[in-house]
Amino acid sequence: MTKPLVEIQNLRVDFPTASGGYNAAVRGVSMALGREKLGIVGESGSGKSVTGRALMRLLPEAARVRADKLVFDGVDVLNASERTMRGLRGGRIGLILQDPKYSLNPVMTVGAQISEAWRAHNKGGKREAREAALNLLEQVRIRDPRRVLDSYPHEVSGGMGQRIMIAMMLAPDPAMLIADEPTSALDASVQAEILKLIDDLVSARGMGLMLISHDLPLVARFCDRVAVMYAGQVMETLPAQDLHRAEHPYTRGLLDCMPHLSQKRARLPVLTRDPKWLEQHS
Amino acid sequence: MTKAMIEAGKLNVHFGDNHVVHDVSFSVAAGETFGLVGESGSGKSTVLRCIAGLVDSWDGVLAVDGQQLGHKRDKAFFQRVQMVFQDPYGSLHPRQTVDRILSEPLAVHGIPDAETRITKALEEVALPRTARFRYPHQLSGGQRQRVAIARALIANPSVLLLDEPTSALDVSVQAEVLNLLADLRQARQLTCILVSHNLAVVGHLCRRLAVMQGGRIVEILTEDQLRAGQSNHAHTRDLIALSHELEG
Repeated sequence: MTKPLVEIQNLRVDFPTASGGYNAAVRGVSMALGREKLGIVGESGSGKSVTGRALMRLLPEAARVRADKLVFDGVDVLNASERTMRGLRGGRIGLILQDPKYSLNPVMTVGAQISEAWRAHNKGGKREAREAALNLLEQVRIRDPRRVLDSYPHEVSGGMGQRIMIAMMLAPDPAMLIADEPTSALDASVQAEILKLIDDLVSARGMGLMLISHDLPLVARFCDRVAVMYAGQVMETLPAQDLHRAEHPYTRGLLDCMPHLSQKRARLPVLTRDPKWLEQHS
Repeated sequence: MTKAMIEAGKLNVHFGDNHVVHDVSFSVAAGETFGLVGESGSGKSTVLRCIAGLVDSWDGVLAVDGQQLGHKRDKAFFQRVQMVFQDPYGSLHPRQTVDRILSEPLAVHGIPDAETRITKALEEVALPRTARFRYPHQLSGGQRQRVAIARALIANPSVLLLDEPTSALDVSVQAEVLNLLADLRQARQLTCILVSHNLAVVGHLCRRLAVMQGGRIVEILTEDQLRAGQSNHAHTRDLIALSHELEG
């Protein structure tokens, strides 16, 4: 077996509180990711985004990050130099955020932003960068790439904005993509298209994908494995196709509380949180 | 059939040269919850905002409770019709406490008894008493949306306009907010219009819904037709198929 791309062992992240104590956001998460698609699911505050950020060392300095092992492709993230990390961030690891409205620079054209990303990690002149940007826009299936290249973010739709973000992340040819709620700001039909695009690109390029979302069925459709997080811990990890056979009451609760088109219910069951789930797992 | 609470006839909206809503007509009976679904840009939110009086460049007929609406609305209208927006973080004043946010509609409409009404409103949306003197950023997303609902209901409206009220929330919180909306509508006999791109959410709350595409209503369905997939329009069938696919 080849070495996994990402190894996380017993990751703990604490944020300082106003009273001088620490608030545990991630409490002992262990996972390994190869060149596969891993979904991380949980409610807001479950620590799923923080786990992704810790891997890129993007957390605020005040945060206390500890782990027995936090390795990306042979690089020890906890002890790497800032220079090495800059090569990782946006270089070897791409990060796609929730809302393209906020993650794109509103005063730069799309072309300039993608070229900038390309030039930060590749050697080449302006013209080459522009060619590369055009090529990337074609890869994310934008119909009229020449026009989009010279437009500003407010002139494109949300779905197109997200495609542009993805194009930018692909510029340095990363080994892994972290997609943090990439489709929550989009409507259902665009959601499916964007996930299909990410799926195709990840498979074609043989990248690893960490898909962070609160939407369990959605994640299950696009990933190989799903890790379910609650209160900073992984409750269970299971193959995506076995999701409907999930046994943990938290996973079941998340699945049950969604309204379904195929099934009529007068009231939606709400999640009852068992205090036992908070106990530290070994 | 009960009398129509909200009526739209041949509603057209222009934004400059852009014709964004074409000849939209529907009527919503008193106590009914009507759904508007469609992709982004289909004009569903614009229709809602016309009714709320937030969009001015419309023509056609709009009526609430038998009274025709003009472009200028009086104060009584704004007491009777209230709206809940998608993003509770964007729709609550960041530097006002929940108490202040909830007293605003009372002050505007000259409703007495602020003290008891605010306590009752918080109770009604199941917010803890301690939330009253908090700021929006100190609350969770679900709690913030509860504040937005409380603010809409505190002036005692008869019509509630809901613009994607749960799409910014976690699925677990979405379930709580949907249950809350179902209870409140029952208890207060509210007439609602729910705008959403999520068919499952619309099917859960609405008995009837209109599907919009490119600024037109392409079809009006009942909940049962929606669930059974009985549709005459290709766009509706696409949306239904997609929704089933995403449910897995």
